[in-house]
Amino acid sequence: MATQSTRTAAAVTGRPGRRPGVRYAGWLVLSVVSLAAVGALAVAIGPADVSLPDVIASIAGHLGLPAPSVPPLIDSIVWQLRLPRILTAAAVGAGLALSGAVMQSVTRNPLADPYLLGLSSGASLGAVCVVILGVAFALPAAAFLGALAALVATLSIARVGGTITPGRAVLSGLAIAQLAAAGTSFVIFWSAKGDSYREILNWLLGSLAGSSWSSVAISATALLVVGSGILLAATRLDAFAFGDTAAASLGLDVNGTRWALLGGVALLTGSMVAVSGAIGFVGLILPHLVRGLSGPGHRRLLPLVAVLGALFLVVADTLARTVFDPRELPVGIITAFIGVPVFILLIKRKRSAAW
Amino acid sequence: MVILGGVTFAIDGVTVLDDVSADIPPRAVTGLLGPNGAGKSTLLRLIAGLVKPDAGSIRLEGTIVASLPRREAAQRIALLEQSATPSVDLSVREVVLLGRIPHRSRVLGSFGGADDHLVADRALAMVGARELEERQWHTLSGGQQQRVQIARALAQQPSLLLLDEPTNHLDVSAQLSLLGQVRGLGLTSVMALHDLNLAAAYCDHILLLHRGRLVASGSPAEVLQPSVIADVYGVDCDIIEHPRGGHPVIVFSPSGTPHRHQADHHADHHAAHQRAES
Repeated sequence: MATQSTRTAAAVTGRPGRRPGVRYAGWLVLSVVSLAAVGALAVAIGPADVSLPDVIASIAGHLGLPAPSVPPLIDSIVWQLRLPRILTAAAVGAGLALSGAVMQSVTRNPLADPYLLGLSSGASLGAVCVVILGVAFALPAAAFLGALAALVATLSIARVGGTITPGRAVLSGLAIAQLAAAGTSFVIFWSAKGDSYREILNWLLGSLAGSSWSSVAISATALLVVGSGILLAATRLDAFAFGDTAAASLGLDVNGTRWALLGGVALLTGSMVAVSGAIGFVGLILPHLVRGLSGPGHRRLLPLVAVLGALFLVVADTLARTVFDPRELPVGIITAFIGVPVFILLIKRKRSAAW
Repeated sequence: MVILGGVTFAIDGVTVLDDVSADIPPRAVTGLLGPNGAGKSTLLRLIAGLVKPDAGSIRLEGTIVASLPRREAAQRIALLEQSATPSVDLSVREVVLLGRIPHRSRVLGSFGGADDHLVADRALAMVGARELEERQWHTLSGGQQQRVQIARALAQQPSLLLLDEPTNHLDVSAQLSLLGQVRGLGLTSVMALHDLNLAAAYCDHILLLHRGRLVASGSPAEVLQPSVIADVYGVDCDIIEHPRGGHPVIVFSPSGTPHRHQADHHADHHAAHQRAES
């Protein structure tokens, strides 16, 4: 390509664009450090007082590092109850935030979110069928199928004349979410044994109360596998910004890429719902907030949205289990209190007439 | 060199393009003209390889475009759509870097290609938009957005540049400077245009479509004849020579203007009328 040196090109000295990079790296480091610090604090907070040094000593001891001994009761509270729960919260928060970012990009819909488009409720229904009816299917696989079915249903209903407007997508997502939530409640009632209300609430509003090391394994594996796939697709996500034709003219197989990414989102959401129930709004809020820090380019957005999603849900879950101590709120109530105002702001702020 | 050979295309059984054959000259600007619905945008999409013709073929330097994998097509052909808006507020540099996507590695492309920023800098410089690079897309004027889109297309380092009504919604000065810039690139370009005078001033070659058929092709002076324009657009006009540029200028006549062969007669009549009144 021939270079024409114009007056403006000559006037630009140095390399602008460096400074946003430094600022971004700063945010990323700060977020990772905050996540570690808040996570450790969250392990210490709870009905039984645990000191921060005990938390660190207990974790270090289990990791085979030299550490002072910790009373067995404290040790099991840290290692068996709180740490798995906080790690699960972090993985679920990261997974849901990533899911939201990907969905907003490939559907070009600022309101896309696994909860609003019905994926989370579909995943709940799939998971409940396994847990309660004893259908022989691995829990995350069933939740994945539920999420995928809900996604396909929502997008097919929203599709009129070959196009899907953001507003229609949210409306049909609402219908599918209601249907799947009703199905979930029905299945739980049908097989009622004891406290079915509690169980329904946990699946529909989300709760991390039952988290164990197997929850950590499921959610962290899904996050690492699907999350790294999504990170590798970051520039392809950028290409969707100007619409399908533009993406195709940039060399993308638009439909293949979109469905591969949405399938990944269904897998990620399904795995997260399998361990935590349907926690809403994390995928909606986080990408919008984080774009303000990272800019909309996905190479920067995705890592930061994952870390801050983790941080957000760890904080929300810690509030959920401590505000009404000893009773626990479903964490979805907290995320909804924060998420719905953001949702309203987004509807009000939107300049296009897409709805 | 692009060769259209008997290109035919239908959407839902309705023929949009019917047996279009033409040669598009290299390193020149070809204007694609025709009324709304003539098939201009569809033909651009076919040339870009985004859709495949039902019959006939489009060859770019000997290769059938429809047989190219998407990615390879994108390395050779860049398409500018009609006024596109991104769903998120990208910065100018980010928009231009989108053009590097087809050149990046498939697996690790998200970490960027080595010369991405260099190519993006050059592309911005070529359209005189270096000073815009830190701006957000939504803060740009229509003309600036189109210039940045052209920079994005240039970052693809294409051998063929396709533009779908690039001057839509631009004020006259932005229209002229944009088309001047396209000419200055020296690329093989094909652009759909509505404005016949812009086409006459800025295109080397013109293809005129009407109801999916190619009705005329050649230089602006050859194609833009009053009789041809009357047939295709159903409007009356005169062609004069531009006083300084020498290219044809189309002067449209509102309905009610005296007919060309009647004009003298009408003037006589008018003069006689005035004489009678005085």
